[in-house]
Amino acid sequence: MALLHETDYGTPVSVATTLVTLEIDGKSVTVPAGTSVMRAAVDAGVQVPKLCATDSMKSFGSCRLCLVEVEGRRGTPASCTTLVEAGMKVTTQSPKLAKLRKGVMELYISDHPLDCLTCGANGNCELQDMAGVVGLREVRYGYDGANHFKENVKDNSNPYFSFEPAKCIVCSRCVRACEEVQGTFALTIDGRGFGSKVSAGGEQFLDSECVSCGACVQACPTATLIEKTVLQKGQGEHSVVTTCAYCGVGCAFKAEMQGTEVVRMLPYKDGQANHGHSCVKGRFAWGYATHKDRITKPMIRSKITDPWKEVTWDEAIQYTAGEFKRIQAKYGKDSIGGITSSRCTNEETYLVQKLIRAGFGNNNTDTCARVCHSPTGYGLKTTFGTSAGTQPFDSVHDTDVMMVIGANPTDAHPVFASSMKRRLIEGAKLIVIDPREIDLVKTAHVKADYHLQLRPGTNVAMINSLTHVLVTENLLADSYIKERCDEAAFKKWRDFIALEKNSPEAMESITGVPAELVRGAARLFAKGPNSAIYYGLGVTEHSQGSTMVMGMANIAMATGNIGRSGVGVNPLRGQNNVQGACDMGSFPHEYPGYRHVSDVATRELFEGAWGVKLEPEPGLRIPNMFDAAVEGTFKGIYVQGEDISQSDPNTQHVQKALGSMECVVVQDLFLNETAMWAHVFLPGCSFLEKDGTFTNAERRISPVRKAMPPKNGMADWEITMALSNAMGYPMHYSHPSEIMDEIARLTPTFAGVSYAKLDEMGSIQWPCNDAAPEGTPVMHIDKFVRGKGNFVITEFVPTEERTTGKFPLILTTGRILSQYNVGAQTRRTENNTWHAEDKLDIHPSDAENRGINEGDLVSIQSRAGEITLHARVSDRMQPGVVYTTFHHAMSGANVVTTEFSDWATSCPEYKVTAVQVRLAKKVSAWQQQYEQQRILTTRIASETHGD
Amino acid sequence: MVHMANQIALNFSAYPKEEAIQHVAKHLQDFWEPRMRKQFHAYVAQGGSGLHELVIEAEKRVK
Repeated sequence: MALLHETDYGTPVSVATTLVTLEIDGKSVTVPAGTSVMRAAVDAGVQVPKLCATDSMKSFGSCRLCLVEVEGRRGTPASCTTLVEAGMKVTTQSPKLAKLRKGVMELYISDHPLDCLTCGANGNCELQDMAGVVGLREVRYGYDGANHFKENVKDNSNPYFSFEPAKCIVCSRCVRACEEVQGTFALTIDGRGFGSKVSAGGEQFLDSECVSCGACVQACPTATLIEKTVLQKGQGEHSVVTTCAYCGVGCAFKAEMQGTEVVRMLPYKDGQANHGHSCVKGRFAWGYATHKDRITKPMIRSKITDPWKEVTWDEAIQYTAGEFKRIQAKYGKDSIGGITSSRCTNEETYLVQKLIRAGFGNNNTDTCARVCHSPTGYGLKTTFGTSAGTQPFDSVHDTDVMMVIGANPTDAHPVFASSMKRRLIEGAKLIVIDPREIDLVKTAHVKADYHLQLRPGTNVAMINSLTHVLVTENLLADSYIKERCDEAAFKKWRDFIALEKNSPEAMESITGVPAELVRGAARLFAKGPNSAIYYGLGVTEHSQGSTMVMGMANIAMATGNIGRSGVGVNPLRGQNNVQGACDMGSFPHEYPGYRHVSDVATRELFEGAWGVKLEPEPGLRIPNMFDAAVEGTFKGIYVQGEDISQSDPNTQHVQKALGSMECVVVQDLFLNETAMWAHVFLPGCSFLEKDGTFTNAERRISPVRKAMPPKNGMADWEITMALSNAMGYPMHYSHPSEIMDEIARLTPTFAGVSYAKLDEMGSIQWPCNDAAPEGTPVMHIDKFVRGKGNFVITEFVPTEERTTGKFPLILTTGRILSQYNVGAQTRRTENNTWHAEDKLDIHPSDAENRGINEGDLVSIQSRAGEITLHARVSDRMQPGVVYTTFHHAMSGANVVTTEFSDWATSCPEYKVTAVQVRLAKKVSAWQQQYEQQRILTTRIASETHGD
Repeated sequence: MVHMANQIALNFSAYPKEEAIQHVAKHLQDFWEPRMRKQFHAYVAQGGSGLHELVIEAEKRVK
């Protein structure tokens, strides 16, 4: 396995359909019109020397190294900025060009330190390479004159990369990467001429607008911007292409390795979700995989107050199986269940639900999508016929109007946010519907045309008033609706939505948004012509999450915005494999492929394949499991890769449920919060240590490839298989590819998926079967999966979680760029540099009314519980609304959230909790107790622990 | 349970009554685990205090 170097074509690909034929160094080559001579040369097998050009950004023409000669033309144009023309004859090598290039390189090198042998970029330096290519042997100017390389001032403020201006050649690749690839505009060239230098806005990198996406580091042709891990360890000697384990964008990465150690993670240029871009999490925050907190040996204990006892794998598996069998014998077969995780692979989640259905003999399987995107599954299946988003990410490049609802892409899906920003800068319009002023509302060169800053909990009122405008102002796509949608359902919906109670004017007092703004936004969305909806948990995590998803589907159908590129309803999935976990049959009511357990034909299919009789009734959802545990009928749980104690709402209820069970089994990398309540700990392995697949928000199935052996000795799928065998239900797989083969046999939308095809294509968007052997980027093109599109009546039902005199503020929660969900991974990296604790954002007027200043310790109290956080006074919130993140266990954000949930799916109403905020003198009782509990329940018996 | 059932009913309440009852009943049948439905039936048998009228009607169609 070698170190993979993708071809750099120098300039971006042209998407023109007209072809042009020219000759380069006597070789005929045909390329799309608009292609640069430099890129065409690469296609012809000719490498033109270059320094300032790279194919992730537009040509710049500054380094003067890529000069060529064109027959019939004067001078030596830069090949990166010269476009191909029919019949053009180009020469890339001649004595004249060689002399010019050598002269250019001489100037560069005369102002560059000659420490190549000890330089961090040694072995991977484009400047060094070009010096070699042009045959530079001497520098006539010497090194004694004015220069930069003796100014040994380094900026090491960023925890992940170093900036050493002495090595900078001012090619501007980093500045352009920040602008064109990331869209942040944090870097610039200060000064002129000889005084020119790269600057992070005159500040240190850490203090600047830099978001640490790594694009500048990747673009740098020298060691000026370089990963600290490369400085420490050197260059990798081989690489493994795999898929990121963070958000639902599902970026492809090259893990550059030295043996079994990662040197750096580089975004893979051929990654079809990310096209060579990355964010601070995937690019840099992978150190958790080797963090000292990793538990690598199985452990058991009788009581949670006992210290953990390390045991062999066989002891742990046999103990777990014995406990589960004992519980089922005593309390019945439905008294146990399990939870799969969106952090695990498709193969792992498939196996866990199979273990539960076939091995446990019940349908008590659920997944963490329950608490994030379960309303997406319900809503899109009801309206369109399938539980998934409709578009590929690249569809955004054809979008004219983006409507972003309840999502914060620059923080939660940063790589896709960069694509959005590129399109917005090109001129697409933007409507943001969010209680907070998210970054997209106003950021560099992007300003939302409408920000409908609604009150939390009023999404459905908003979507109804938007669609009311379409219906009453004759802005509907009549012919599309007639051809594509169910007529009876449409008429019922139209009559409902036209009611005056749904008008923007009538809803204004509910949403808090002026009616004229709503009307303007509705007209803009209807105008399109390509209008797309992107949404996140600000849609789903409400008491009407499913209703809102259906409301968005309604507006998309009503305007004809489903079934082609540039449009669609697009859920931005929180975790890397939310889509996959749902696809794999993790929910208690449906098998892989979203088929209900009561469907006889489907059940018989699985019974035949699995060789066991299956239960025809739906099982318990996660919150139902908790309720049943408290009631005494649910006694054992197998939790793979999920931290329900921190992530699920109403922590005290969750912990009471866990405390009521007789066998809690946690399979994870770390002793997480749930493990505090566990009796068995089965150490899991990180994404770097296993094979499998993840399915991202665009239904893209991407390979996860093992870069290092499992530190715990077993892959996660092997652990589940061992448990199943011990439970008496035999499983025999020798590799995850065999699990995928079984999935393909049993799931029509996956019928054409195999590891061989994934290796061949890179990734595949399902459905992939005989009808679509290459997969399906855009869904519902000619007709909806369900046949006719189904308009659903979306009555606005206000949440019962309302402000009162006692709890006058609304708390809403979310996440930020540097941390990821419960923080189990990112808290164990240098990402804590940016977010070491969760804080409470409070509007200045609410703060002033309470005598709260920046940094004060404040109490947040709801009817469910009380915590304390430090305050951050911010006008990103509207008065009456406070906001926090939930990345740190000690914060206990979910101590405050309540049991209210989406009516259809039980997805928690995280986004609306009535609270009071006051100055506090000490941390809350819950947090004090948490500290003691944590110490008590995470002890590992010293006699078996070694040290 | 009463709160959950009533929320389901409220979200179907804008449909014609018979259709709304069908929707509520199907939802309970499709998504509620048997022990939840057993509790639900028992609660209705005891009078079903606080339940939305659509839920009361739908209960008759839930197994």
